[in-house]
Amino acid sequence: MPTKNRCAGSTTTAFILAFFLIVFTLVTVYLFVSKTWWFPETITPIGHEIDAQTRRTLWLTGIVFVLSQLGLAWVVWRYRNRGERAHYSHGNNTLEVLWTLATALAFIGLGVLAQFTWAKIHLAEPEPDAVVIEVLGEQFAWNFRYPGPDGKFGRTRTELINSGAGNPFGIDRSDPAAADDIIVPILNIPVNRPIELRLRSKDVIHSFFVRELRLKQDAVPGLEIPLRFVAERTGDFELVCTELCGMGHQRMRAPFSVKTAAEYEQWLRDELALLQSNP
Amino acid sequence: MPTTVVEELDRAAVGTGGRGPDRRDGGDGDGAPRRAKPPTPRSAYFTGLVLGLAAIFMFFIALASAFVVRKGLGDDWRSFELPGLLWVNTVVLLASSLVVERARRLLRAQPAAGFGAWWSTGSLLGIAFLAGQVAAWRQLAAQGIFLATNPASSFFYVFTAAHGVHVLGGLAALGYVAARGAAHQQSTGNLSADLTAGYWHFLGVLWVGLLLLLTFGR
Amino acid sequence: MSTPSHVAAHVHAPPQGFLRKYIFSTDHKVIGIQYYLLALVAVFVGLVLSLLMRWKLAWPNDPVPWFGDGPMLPEQYLALVTMHGTIMVFFVLTTAPQSGFGNYFLPIQIGAADMAFPVINMLSFWTTFVSFLVMVAAFFVAGGAPISGWTGYAPLSAVGEIAGPGLGLGQTLWIVSIAIFCAASLMGALNFIATTIDLRARGLSLMRMPLTVWAWFITAILALLAFGVLLAAGLLLLLDRVAGTSFFVPGGLVFTDKPVPHQGGSPLLWQHLFWFFGHPEVYIAILPSMGMASHLLSTFSRKPIFGYRAMVYAMGAIGFLGFCVWGHHMFASGMSPYSAMAFSVLTMSIGVPSAIKTFNWIGTLWGGQIRFTTAMLFAIGFVSLFVTGGLSGLFLAQPPVDQPLHDTYFVVAHFHLIMGVAAIFGIFGATYYWFPKMFGRFLNEGLGKLHFWITFAGVYLIFVPMHLMGFFGQPRRYAEGTAVQFLSAMQGPQQFITVAALVTGAAQLIFLFNFLWSLKWGRKAEAINPWRSTSLEWTIPSPPPHDNFGGRQPVVYHGPYEYSVPGAPEDFIPQDAPPRTAPATGD
Repeated sequence: MPTKNRCAGSTTTAFILAFFLIVFTLVTVYLFVSKTWWFPETITPIGHEIDAQTRRTLWLTGIVFVLSQLGLAWVVWRYRNRGERAHYSHGNNTLEVLWTLATALAFIGLGVLAQFTWAKIHLAEPEPDAVVIEVLGEQFAWNFRYPGPDGKFGRTRTELINSGAGNPFGIDRSDPAAADDIIVPILNIPVNRPIELRLRSKDVIHSFFVRELRLKQDAVPGLEIPLRFVAERTGDFELVCTELCGMGHQRMRAPFSVKTAAEYEQWLRDELALLQSNP
Repeated sequence: MPTTVVEELDRAAVGTGGRGPDRRDGGDGDGAPRRAKPPTPRSAYFTGLVLGLAAIFMFFIALASAFVVRKGLGDDWRSFELPGLLWVNTVVLLASSLVVERARRLLRAQPAAGFGAWWSTGSLLGIAFLAGQVAAWRQLAAQGIFLATNPASSFFYVFTAAHGVHVLGGLAALGYVAARGAAHQQSTGNLSADLTAGYWHFLGVLWVGLLLLLTFGR
Repeated sequence: MSTPSHVAAHVHAPPQGFLRKYIFSTDHKVIGIQYYLLALVAVFVGLVLSLLMRWKLAWPNDPVPWFGDGPMLPEQYLALVTMHGTIMVFFVLTTAPQSGFGNYFLPIQIGAADMAFPVINMLSFWTTFVSFLVMVAAFFVAGGAPISGWTGYAPLSAVGEIAGPGLGLGQTLWIVSIAIFCAASLMGALNFIATTIDLRARGLSLMRMPLTVWAWFITAILALLAFGVLLAAGLLLLLDRVAGTSFFVPGGLVFTDKPVPHQGGSPLLWQHLFWFFGHPEVYIAILPSMGMASHLLSTFSRKPIFGYRAMVYAMGAIGFLGFCVWGHHMFASGMSPYSAMAFSVLTMSIGVPSAIKTFNWIGTLWGGQIRFTTAMLFAIGFVSLFVTGGLSGLFLAQPPVDQPLHDTYFVVAHFHLIMGVAAIFGIFGATYYWFPKMFGRFLNEGLGKLHFWITFAGVYLIFVPMHLMGFFGQPRRYAEGTAVQFLSAMQGPQQFITVAALVTGAAQLIFLFNFLWSLKWGRKAEAINPWRSTSLEWTIPSPPPHDNFGGRQPVVYHGPYEYSVPGAPEDFIPQDAPPRTAPATGD
């Protein structure tokens, strides 16, 4: 390969490549800074903490991203072939140690910081006065069970499970505690009260995801997994499934509403009345 | 895998025989003179053996951790009495290992008197082990304990079957070495006998480990 | 040089015919090309599958080519998802960089005539081939290909057709194919490691090995330890399906009001076993490309690798840590929150060796005289993609930040950039670099550059928007966004990405044409060492003779990246240049 021919092409290619990297970096940064497409505002205190940690991560990765891509653009342009002999060097141990320590500190520090938020999501003591709701995933629907006025979930039996007949949980209505259990296909919760969802599945793995909660939890058959949070704002949202569960995965959704205490109580009473008039 | 290792063995007459290995198949053609490739050094075969054993070990480790995790879950684990025959089989397999080792050491003498008899005896003990394992299966089946009866029995059958398949491979290698005889071994630096014995000892140790896991993890 | 009598003792009767020479060959170079061609077929199959998916996502109610007059059904879409992922991960990303290039160049770069076990090598390829046939056969059986994704999560994958179409025979074939692939990969890994340990030329100490060899070597160790675990998991899953055992299927499951007769198994157990394999698999895909990119960056900037030892240690650290972080795929799975913490911090620490590699790559270019060959462009593209795709991993490694992003398009963007596109860029770079050595002709540089520019711009146009769609909450593996209300806002971006994907996909035909055309009509590579490289493959003819070094036993005197050594007559010192002409350098 004759070196001379290369030099001419080098400048053009170096320019285009560096230019491309710069434009790509700026556009990407713009898309993230302007939050072109982004989660809607969160409705939980834990959501704010998750957002804060996400923001810290965006800052750190953003800085490394811009420095690396622009650094790459710079060396590509600056050190294009000019027909000279390259600088002979096997590296620099000081630099090596420096950037190893710097990244270790930054990355692992960020990782450790994240665990405090994580602990609040999953390791907090359960609130004794939490509103407990059972969430049951099935192909391809969400079902919710409220314990009713007695505050107790009634007995369930696998043999009684019959979604077609409106009993996806397999509730044994002969159990007194089961008589007032409300089964609905929509999730309503009261605002500003601790909520405890108990996630289950009757067939395959599903996953509970509400964007505004910022929370995601798989519903695993054979397990009952709690998910605890408080919603601080009322509104109507959407619950979707985020674990591949079969051919109807993309339509496995349910309405999710956060209601004022009064609205919520009224809704529960209406549902109970419906249940008792039509047992 | 052991059988394919055996297929390699004839090619490894490293400096021991007068004839280099025949490795001239394949290639780029173009009418250039096709040179034989130099033989694979003996050390590579032992590296290969150790690596193969590591892979097999990882396979069983995965099964063993599945065993431990699965046992800790649910309330459906029904322990059952392991057939006493398994302990007899264990003795047979370990005896087989010792006999094969004895045969292997006989190869150091020139000529290796008694190699064939010892090696074949070891191989027959290996066959006896497998027959004993099958008999143990039949005992369990007679009690109505099958693969899908219970997680405990599922794991028992999976462990014994997976180990048995590896034993079958070992038997093929043992048979190959027995069939080629002592003279062949000594002309090839005892390569296939050494590798086969190493693999066979590993299977003995692996079986003892599995049996202890099954006994105490029940 | 061998003495004539020595040669005479070895040379037997001439060729053995087409079958032994090109089909069931035990020559590592033929096997390497076979692997490469298999991956080339697989990558175009996988690419077409992805474009069909993109079509469906952009225009969910329109007919899709080859899928009849109506719109594509969700189960058809999910079958494409599963097969695209499986084919790309196993038959492209595991096959091309490691088994393909590794087979061809590892023995040559260490000065050996072949792999340690050529017959096992041949068996390894043909086993992989059978595995591929079994996998593709899943498309053509009743019920079609499985719809459970490349991760095959139980119980969806474990209970049969009752859970959905494709989960009957198609899913069984999928598992069988994966099991066969495991066996093939174990044979290959064993061969690579034994070859590297025992067959190195005189003078080729470990710290003189090219980084490509290091990468293949470490990858083989990962494969040796990981594939046995996948094989065990696959075996148990198969038994759950066909023998009625309950390893992964819990009791009391009811599918559309029909109970299934299992009890007490654990779906999470499958995930643990799968990801214990699956995470190292990510590094199995990317490490060889790291090695190849390092090799190209040094060669074409005419500079020694910046921090060679740090590069080796970083790869080793990535490989080791790769076995300790599988749980970061399971933050939302219901796994213990305490283990999630450990997995999280360990995962964040993988960012450190990855950052070391990035800085060293840029350090390598620093002060260089960069030759912008197509191969070099792809290597530089690799660095850019590695940074972009790697940094998004820092989000997913933190359980709270992962919560909203898990199983969204953010994850899709992350792993496509890092283990898909970056790895493919390494493969492309290596192809443009080694093609003349393998086939004696150059790929066309003009077409190559066109291929590079469209692909480089295209992949960013495809995957950068996907990050943001993830931040919008777009879940992955959705056949359409029509049922979920908030997803209507994503229809525009979906169409934009599809158009970008169709253009980028079409650009790959430029590569295919270039490849096929250059095989026959490409410019002849007359010089032995057209790129003026240092490693041993550039000291022998193109293509190399059957025994690689023509009876010569190469002796290595130099480190692998002795470029622009002051006082040397040329701006590179071949590894086997005797010290009489140049001082011994680099260890």
